[in-house]
Amino acid sequence: MSTALLHVDKLYCERDDRILFEDLSFAINAGEVIQVEGQNGSGKTTLLRILSGLSNHYEGDIFWKGSLLSTVQDDFRRELLYFGHHPGVKAVLTPEENLHWYAAMHPSIDGKKIAMALEQVGLRGFEDSPCHTLSAGQNRRVSLARLYLTSAKLWILDEPFTAIDKKGVAQKEQLILDHAANGGSVILTTHHELAISEKVRRFNLDELAGT
Amino acid sequence: MGRIVTNESANSEASSVLSLFGAVLKRDLMLAYRKKSDLFNPLIFFLMVATLFPLGVSPEPDFLAQIAPGVVWVAALLATLLSMESVFKSDFEDGTLEQTLLSPQPLFVIVLAKVLAHWMMSGLPLTLLAPLLAVMLFLPAEGMSGLMLSLLIGTPTLSLVGAIGAALTVGLRKGGVLISLLVLPLYIPVLIFGTSAVQAAVTGLPLAGFFALLGAILALGLVLAPLAISAALRISVSG
Repeated sequence: MSTALLHVDKLYCERDDRILFEDLSFAINAGEVIQVEGQNGSGKTTLLRILSGLSNHYEGDIFWKGSLLSTVQDDFRRELLYFGHHPGVKAVLTPEENLHWYAAMHPSIDGKKIAMALEQVGLRGFEDSPCHTLSAGQNRRVSLARLYLTSAKLWILDEPFTAIDKKGVAQKEQLILDHAANGGSVILTTHHELAISEKVRRFNLDELAGT
Repeated sequence: MGRIVTNESANSEASSVLSLFGAVLKRDLMLAYRKKSDLFNPLIFFLMVATLFPLGVSPEPDFLAQIAPGVVWVAALLATLLSMESVFKSDFEDGTLEQTLLSPQPLFVIVLAKVLAHWMMSGLPLTLLAPLLAVMLFLPAEGMSGLMLSLLIGTPTLSLVGAIGAALTVGLRKGGVLISLLVLPLYIPVLIFGTSAVQAAVTGLPLAGFFALLGAILALGLVLAPLAISAALRISVSG
């Protein structure tokens, strides 16, 4: 039996005396796309932050390729791309400078293809404009351009499609499918109806919530 | 053979750490350069505080010369403190701090580069500006070298220790006051040795001892503070 890429065992998390989820166990294998569903405040973002290693307010175990996550943090981070609630874009830097910084921070991001990635996300011609002059959607596109540059195996995407236009969403969905086809895994949350939903495994946090 | 390979990998590791350090430093300096208010606020504060003393206490040259070392040092300390809150704040707010913490690169190096960038924009200009204030406060010329050198060795420690407070409070909405409470007590040794160095310089006493102490504190800070800052950032972001 091959070990799952990421394996979560009996995860329990509470916030302000409210149980967000308990006894949550699941595994993500290579090539899988998982959509976490749930209403606002059901703990989707909290779950993604726990899985990415940002938050440690939980009980239970998370395994990365069979070893406990806390013992293989560095290996895990090398193969992780996290797109958070905040896009992680510096307003006074240009899209190009932002992505160069990402490339310096994350060796999995290829700094040589930045021009290509910016063109893919439709930001050609905006390379040298500071990001605060761009729209909200364009700012998120800057951060999403990382998807074209990364060699990370696991993508954790928190609401990646917010403020992105229809064409952009379709493009990103295709990108996610391609990534899965190449043996990568994706965990995402979104309120969009995914056009690729038949290839996506879903689970709903509302059904798992404690009473 | 094996040794050569290790040497090479050690070399490439060292160069990758250096390029990471350079990239973070360059980015933070660029950010400061584009947001100049952060750059000038502490400097203007520094100048203002020092000009208020002759107005508020006494314009008597003899008296001012006596309090000059303390006034310049306290003003530099408060100006540094004032600039501290912004070190991690904007990174926290736009999510780049999260991305920094998720980087597989050594956080120690990243944090050290950020603190160095902060010092280059606060402590260093303060040091360069200090002679101007010293002249305004009638500090005897013999004290000038002592003042500059003590600020040069002392202000990096202020940045390092202040960054611990900034990292601990970055997740709070109003962290500014808390930083002062956390950090000011830790600034006191630097203040004591810094002003003592200037006073010794004015009276012609040997300075080496004070500089050695300031240097020792700085060395300790360079090694330990980044560890504390890293841990504090992880706690703040996790919360």
